This record gives sequence, structure tokens and C-alpha cells, in this order.
Amino acid sequence: MSFGWAKSYEPKHPLMRWLDERLPLPRLVYGAIGGGYPVPRNLNYWWNFGVLAGIFLTIQIVTGIVLAMWYYASADGAFNSVEHIMRDVNAGWVIRYAHMNGASFFFIATYIHIFRGLYYGSYKAPRELVWMLGLVIYLLMMATAFMGYVLPWGQMSYWGAQVITGFFSAFPLVGEPVRIWLLGGYAPDQAALTRFFSLHYLLPFVIAAVVILHIWALHIPGSNNPTGVDVKDEKDTLPFHPFYTAKDGWFAAAFVLLYALFVYFAPNYLGHPDNYIPANPLSTPAHIVPEWYFWPFYAILRSFTVDFIIPAKLWGVLAMFGSILLLFFLPWLDRSPVRSGSYRPLFKTFFLILVVDVIALGYVGGAPINWWRTALGQLAAAYYFAHFLIILPLISRFETPLPLPNSISESVLHGEKKEAAPVGAPAHSTTVAG
Amino acid sequence: MLLLLRASKYLVGLAFAGVLLISLFVGISTYFSSPPEPTAEEEFHLEHKNLALASDGPFGHFDQKQLQRGFQIYKEVCSACHSMKLVAFGDLEQLGYNEAEVKAIANQWQTEVPSVNPETGEPATRKALPSDRFPSPYANETAARAANNNALPPDLSLITKAREGGAAYVYSILTGYRNQPAELLKKFPTAKTPQGLHYNPYFANLNLAMPPPLTSDGQVTYAPGNPKPTVDQMAKDVAAFLVWTAEPKLARRHASGIAVTIFLLFATILAYLAYQNIWREQKAKVRVTGPLEPENQTKTARAKRKAGVTG
Repeated sequence: MSFGWAKSYEPKHPLMRWLDERLPLPRLVYGAIGGGYPVPRNLNYWWNFGVLAGIFLTIQIVTGIVLAMWYYASADGAFNSVEHIMRDVNAGWVIRYAHMNGASFFFIATYIHIFRGLYYGSYKAPRELVWMLGLVIYLLMMATAFMGYVLPWGQMSYWGAQVITGFFSAFPLVGEPVRIWLLGGYAPDQAALTRFFSLHYLLPFVIAAVVILHIWALHIPGSNNPTGVDVKDEKDTLPFHPFYTAKDGWFAAAFVLLYALFVYFAPNYLGHPDNYIPANPLSTPAHIVPEWYFWPFYAILRSFTVDFIIPAKLWGVLAMFGSILLLFFLPWLDRSPVRSGSYRPLFKTFFLILVVDVIALGYVGGAPINWWRTALGQLAAAYYFAHFLIILPLISRFETPLPLPNSISESVLHGEKKEAAPVGAPAHSTTVAG
Repeated sequence: MLLLLRASKYLVGLAFAGVLLISLFVGISTYFSSPPEPTAEEEFHLEHKNLALASDGPFGHFDQKQLQRGFQIYKEVCSACHSMKLVAFGDLEQLGYNEAEVKAIANQWQTEVPSVNPETGEPATRKALPSDRFPSPYANETAARAANNNALPPDLSLITKAREGGAAYVYSILTGYRNQPAELLKKFPTAKTPQGLHYNPYFANLNLAMPPPLTSDGQVTYAPGNPKPTVDQMAKDVAAFLVWTAEPKLARRHASGIAVTIFLLFATILAYLAYQNIWREQKAKVRVTGPLEPENQTKTARAKRKAGVTG
């Protein structure tokens, strides 16, 4: 596809040749994730998480379709239908726990994937659209996950829906009518539950479609790599299959093993006990918290406590949406021509601060409010915005990057280029010089 | 115009960060100028006690004898006020009762299940069948509140999954009743346990509507061969039983989990070996670290010197 030396598909079996002439689907797959896609040879394990996210999207769709065969989207019956799945349906408990924890692991894989992109500059030209399509997937995932969490109609489902749809009422004039229109009523009820179920079933397929666009856009320039240096020739790459299928394969098995440990031995660890209490509009839980993957944003929302010109709640809602939307502008906020954080000492320091900062926000968002947690959240939220909107634009102007390798192969291989060769070894040897 | 566009990111960043810092400043100064009053809940609430049950851990399974004792406690004590709507009499076969015993338990249950008189169509009740779920002792929520000082006894089916601490929380509540400490009243004179509530430091707000249900050793009589029914033992047994009602598939889950773990471990190792095999030739070409690592630069320089190469 992207490089001249990419192998083209050659059907061996007559049947495949017949098919290739009529519908070149195997050719498409071969070029996308087969031997026809050349990938930088130096990818490290941080590059495994995109494929993993794809695996979890598949797990979610498959388990979700089975659950939908038994689930009953009714304000009276939803909670009991989930318990029916857990107790009476054959293997229902494992399907339901797999779906519940699958959402968490989908987010774990996606967050690592996003932070990998942030560190190695995968959002920079010519991959801006890959990055932005990825953000669209992430937003769709958040919407899907939120609506899915409402479906069991437990206390956290109900009050989570109440709080999150309440964001809209922060906007003056139109806010309240918009909220009522979205919910189909004054509070979450049957109308909201049914439409959430409908959308929760629809959106994963929209995600799958955007994933195809994401991969399509990726295949034009090809994958980024830990040096951030462009691929120059064939020595820099290896075919996706068998090299990266093998690497992704074993790592996926290991990650699924970790996931299975949660599904079978700690299925409720990542959830909240209150969601095993049926929804009760008359009794507000002591601490309403969303699922862990929303905690950083929840912390940003709650950090605005002062009505400065506009009400604090509106600040919070704007900041929460803004914290994700600003990532769409990242390719133009960070103007440094060097992609990889490994060659940008200042950037690297601030990136590590950002990682700690987001973890701190997550902690604050998930824990009950007290004065010092609120203060910590406010500091962390302030850093988050300062990082992307002030620090990144400035350091990309003033930072002196480290010298970059001339090519990927030079950075990782022995004996391929004269200047990188250990002296004394034959110029094109494929073995390690003693 | 272009300048404004360029500056806009800084302005947006400064606005958000600035309002957050104002919020931070206001929050901290409020905290120090008028610190929040300490509350009795903050100071006297206790974390749940530790409780070890056979169902704990990845190899955990149910102790059928204990579940039977726990069921006996539910039947003779808890079920007077608490429903268990998600569990059917027939499920008790999993505790080791046979079909006839389950039928008898259902038939003799103290509350009958709602029904319709087949002749007149009037609302009626009938004896429970194994296919019935445990009936609520009250006709409806209003009746339940009316009988309990306006408090609603929660359904117990999922209680160990619906409370932080699970079975240990249930056990702590059941054994945690005591007189309100004198120091609490001395420090918080307004926090006296109201009439009709009961002091229990394991309950979030310290005062619980439920009167102590397990009051004396030997309150129920266990069949021979079982431990002595002390309050502590009864509380443990009923907590264990409520782990089962909340997650009847727990033992099954653990057993499959071990099989799945072994399978995936094996698959991971095989896939890893395949990966090593496929990459062997390519890996032989790869340096462990980049040429710009100081260590490698020294090595390259040394090798060059040795070989008499300049530049």
C-alpha cells in the first residue's frame, strides 16, 4: 500500500485466484494486516495496544449481542433480567461478567494506546487524521460505555444517568429543554432506558466503522515508530504478517489472561456495589461516582467551585468537554518537528508529569470529596489545561531536541549502514559481531 | 487576526487554569477560615471486621454445612422482615437438600405466596412451591415501612454484593451492636441515638433502624454435629449463606476460572515461543539499545580506536 516494496497479494490456490478476480477481499486483508503491510521493524510493546483494543471491541460486540437476547429494557424488569442472566441462563454469568469487565479492559487498552500516541508524537503530520479519527472512536466509546452502564438499572446506573444528563442543564436557556428532550422525560425513566439500549446496540457498529477509517488512514503513511523517524527503505520495515501477528498474538494472549483473572476471580472489583441495588429515584446514594474510566473527567468537572463570570457548573461542563476536544487540536498545538518523546528531553519530563497528573485526577474523581482532594484535583486539572494549551506550544518552540538517528535501521540494526556498524564486522553481515 | 488565533490557545489555557486556581484559593481559604465541623460519623464509624469464609480466594468454594446453618438463621430470624426475591426454594437443592426436603421447606414456609382464588378471582394466597421465589413477609413497601418504624428492610438476595465489604460487612453489622460510647456523647451531645434506632459503629451513619437480630447464644438450635450457635457463629453462617444467595455460581466460576487460566497460560507460552521463533533471525540483527546511547558510543569509539579507524 504505502511503500513501493510492499509485497502484493499472489493467490496460490485456484479458488483464491477465482475469488481475487471477482471480489479481491483476500487482497484487501493481505494488504491491511497481512504480509502486504510493511511495518517499522523497531516497534516496542507499547504498539501492541491498538490491536488489543480491536480485540476488546470484538469481545464486547459478541458478548453484548448474546446479552441482548436475554436482557429486557424495562424500568421494572431490567434489573431482574440481568439477575436472571446471572442465575438461570446457561453460562449467563460468564457472558455478563465478560461484558462488564470487557468494557474496562477496552478502556485500559485504549488509554495506553492514546498515551503511546502522545509520547511518540503519533498525532503529528502526516497522521493528524489517524489521531482525530481515534479521538472520534474514543468519544463514541465513552458514550457507549455510559449508556451501557445505565442498562442494568441499578442505583449507580440511575444516578449516573441523572448526573450526566444533568450536564446539559448547565447551559443557560436551552439546557433544561435539551436535557428533557434527550431523556424523553423530566428524569431518567422508561423512555431514557429504551433509547439508551437502542443506542448502546447501535454505537459499537459505528465504532467498528470508524475503526476501519482509522486503520485506512493509518495505512497511507504507515505506522509511526519509537524513533519517530520516517521509514526510508525496505531495511526499515518487516511485513506485518508473520512478524507483528506473532508479536501481537502472544501479547494478546497474555493480556486476555489478565482479563480472564478479573472475569473469573474479581468480576466486581472494578464495579461499584451500589449497582447491585435496584434503581430508586427516591434515594440518592451517598457518593455518586461514574465508572473508573471517567474519573479524571469527573474530577475536572467537580474542580470548578467558584462562579467566575459564568456559573461554576458551566465552567465544569465546558472544561470537561474541552479537556477532550482540545486533543483534536494537538497536531497544531505541538509544533515540534521531532515526533518521538525519546529525543525531546523537556517534552519527556512534562509528559511524565502529565501521566502522573491524569492518574491524580482519576484518584480524585473516584474518591469521596474532602478539602485536600478537591485542592489536589484543582491543581491537577489546572496542569492538564496548562500542559496542552500553554506548555506544549511553548516547549515545541524553545526545546533543543537530541540528535536523531538517520534511519530506523541505523538506530536498531548492526552492520546495515557503515556509520552504525561495529567496526571490524563485515559490512552486510546479518550476525552480531563478536 | 492570525496573531489572535495563535494567542487563543494561551488564552483558553489561562482561562481554565486561572479559574481553577481561583477555585483552589477560595477552597483552601474557606477551609482554614471556617474549617468543617467534625462529625460523629467521621470519628466513630468503624471499617468492617475481617471475616474468613470457605468461598474466599481463587480456590474458594461453598461449605454446604455452613450454608445450611446460614439458611436456618435466615429462615428463623431474618425472614421475619427481609425478603429474598431473587432466590427460589428450588435453588436450595444446591445447599444439599433433596427434592422432598425442598418441597417440605416451601410448603411449610411461614409466608404464603400471593395468588388468585380460582373460583372467585379474589386475591388469595397459597402455599409456596419449589419453583416460587422466597416471598416477602410484607404485602408491599408501605406495609413494610409501617411495621418497621418507617424503615424499609432491604431485600437480602444481593446484599453481600451491594455493600462495600460484602459478607464481612454483614457479619460486622450483626455482631457490632453496642451501647453508644460515653465519649461520643461527651464530644457530640446532639448525636444521641434517636428513639427507635440502634447504635452500630459499622453502619455508615452509626444509627440503624434494625434492632439487634442475633441477641443470645443458642437463639437457634443447630442440628447435632454442628458448631455451637454463638452469636458470632450464627453471624458468620448467615453471612456465608448470603454470599451464596448473591452469587450462587461462585464455586462454578472459580473452577472454570482455574481451567481457563491454565489454558491461557499454556496458549501464551506457545504463542511466545512461536514469536521467538519467527523473530529469531531478525532479532539477531538488532542492537539492544540505540547507537546514541552513551554506552554504545563509548563502545563504538573503543572499537574504532582498536581497529585504527579515524573519524
